[in-house]
Amino acid sequence: MKVIRILTNAPAGIAQSCFFTITFLSLLTPALALEGQVGIHDPSTIMKCDGKYYTYGTGGTALVSDDGWVWRAGTRATRTGAAPDVIQIGDRYLQYISHGTFIWSKSLDPESPDYQWHDGKNAFGMEGENDFMNPIDPGLFLDPTTGKLWVVYGSYFGYLRVVELDPDTGERVDDKSYNVAVNCEAATIIHHEGYYYLLATHGSCCAGSNSGYNIRVGRSKNVTGPYIDNMDIDMMLGGGKLVCGSRTRLIGPGHFGLIDEGDGVQKFSLHWEADLDRSGSFGILDILPLLWKDGWPVAGQHFKAGVYEIESVRTGSALEIAVEGVPVGGGRGGARGLGGRRGGGGGATTVVPDQDVAEVSVNWPKGDIDIRMAIYMCQAQQKWSVTPAEGAGGYLGGPYFKITIAGTDRALAAIEGGELVSVPEFTGAPEQLWRIDQLTDGTWRIMPKSIPNTDEKMALSAIGHSFATLEKYDPDSEKQRWIFNLP
Amino acid sequence: MMISQWNFHRSLGVVWAASLCLGITVVSGSSANDHETFILTPQSAQKAPNSDGFIQLWHLLEPISASGETQNAVQATVKTEHFPGQFTVVPKDGDKVTVNGTELTWHDVDTNKYNINLYYFAQAHRKSPSGALFWAVTVINCPEEMAGVRLAVGSNSASVWWVNDKEVIGIYGNRQTVVDDGISKRLTLKKGRNVIRGAIVNGSGAADFCARILDREGKPLKNFTIHLN
Repeated sequence: MKVIRILTNAPAGIAQSCFFTITFLSLLTPALALEGQVGIHDPSTIMKCDGKYYTYGTGGTALVSDDGWVWRAGTRATRTGAAPDVIQIGDRYLQYISHGTFIWSKSLDPESPDYQWHDGKNAFGMEGENDFMNPIDPGLFLDPTTGKLWVVYGSYFGYLRVVELDPDTGERVDDKSYNVAVNCEAATIIHHEGYYYLLATHGSCCAGSNSGYNIRVGRSKNVTGPYIDNMDIDMMLGGGKLVCGSRTRLIGPGHFGLIDEGDGVQKFSLHWEADLDRSGSFGILDILPLLWKDGWPVAGQHFKAGVYEIESVRTGSALEIAVEGVPVGGGRGGARGLGGRRGGGGGATTVVPDQDVAEVSVNWPKGDIDIRMAIYMCQAQQKWSVTPAEGAGGYLGGPYFKITIAGTDRALAAIEGGELVSVPEFTGAPEQLWRIDQLTDGTWRIMPKSIPNTDEKMALSAIGHSFATLEKYDPDSEKQRWIFNLP
Repeated sequence: MMISQWNFHRSLGVVWAASLCLGITVVSGSSANDHETFILTPQSAQKAPNSDGFIQLWHLLEPISASGETQNAVQATVKTEHFPGQFTVVPKDGDKVTVNGTELTWHDVDTNKYNINLYYFAQAHRKSPSGALFWAVTVINCPEEMAGVRLAVGSNSASVWWVNDKEVIGIYGNRQTVVDDGISKRLTLKKGRNVIRGAIVNGSGAADFCARILDREGKPLKNFTIHLN
């Protein structure tokens, strides 16, 4: 968040008028973007508290969601400012705001008896008259290897700086500080496989579709730096490998906040400076998968609705309903001596049409049909339409999907005992709703919203070579990793 | 379909006739020390699964002529009643049935491999392994009820499998035997006797199958015994 340093720490309501006016829009959003009221600039790392999700933004904006997909206006914290960040430590939620303002509460739910923001001591700020930095945009990091709490802060001009905080009191530990980057903002630190990663936002905010915001990263063996990018350029010299830039019709990503869902599923919160499908409006909350490639974090993607072959990483075979496949047609081509013609020789090339599911499904059983795996042969029983289930809600960063045989209403469903079947008609029942999460290697995990007669969470799993089932998710196994291939 | 071991061995000059003289024990190889045993005469009517959990003791019926490896063709083949009690019988060695006017014999077989080689079994009984339907039956005895387990099979080519008279697996098409190719849904084995029945349909060339039970974690189950009677 680019804010000049005349901002002061002020109670909610007063500071708000000093900030950009944020237009909160409750729009019927296009598919695969968060739904509901998602207008926010500089969202804090999303926190889960008593089953709900919370984020706080610049100017006192607060958003809350029951499922992480549909959002609505939340309750302003007692102190607001620019680009706050929140972290949970023990039974407390610590919120740091611009210029080191620090408040804490035991709950983020205003309905909870534990909800009360307490003022803490200022934790950081400018260090002297000529300090070359802008002490806003805090990003909090609890080091999993040491238990130490750090905050990195700074914005727009000057340095990004790291100082240590006391995780018990939230206060600054000492007067040591470490400059780790320059002329960027909205930073945070994460730890991954022995490295500390400093994620910061380069470019400029607050110009809508003309904003050059983009999220960059450098890494270090020490939390205090130096943070070096993939081209060996220190972030103190402007370095930073791209994590997330503008894409599709979304412009200006900023304010990375890690959400580790466990089991190898990582996501991050951010805002887009402009979403061209939402009037190019200013500050739109989003949640994207976080992938890791060659030791570097990379933004994943929202699942894109469409028709796919669903391929098992483990077996390389495709999910299908257990019906007799019909060859897609065409000549045998290229096989001299087998009665075919060599490809390209002789007659004119023709396009073999896609299999007509209406035609081949005539012979399929009318009731439930088992699910299995087979080599992909471009056949109708192997092509799945994956689309958001309208009005079915979602999960953190995604809507529930219905998965049907393309061109039919025959739907993939979980059944009692943790097995699978295809039912002749999609009804919207929870066992027919599917959660699709991109994993850190870019493959996908597919989980039913519920399984009849059990609360156990399971994921679509390839077992053996030719069968699929539901099993407890094992992040170390390829059994539950899937690839969506365009047919 | 891959080139069968039989054709390969034949090219090496396997003394095939000699193996036939050994009954259903097939020996191949180019020297006395270079042989493999695929099908054995059981030395006992009871056996534990091997170290990888494979079930090695079976009743096999000499092959029935059959064609078609697709799902519909195989289902039609195996659902046709070829002989009385085909879905219920637990035969004894030497029992005979008549199929389409041809008398066929049940044989008890054992192996020290993971799989039962139907190609050699058919050859040993002077039957064609191609265009053939093989019936296989065995009984496993469980010390206690075992819930959440799965039957896991591989077959060359298509096959359909039943556990305690319930159809649990169907794998179709021209396929190689791959360990744990077809897996049943979770099932419960009773304490005591459980009957496993398979019907394997082979188009041409190599023919074999393997079967084992997987526990809840997908690991081979070994705490049961296999019985021929």
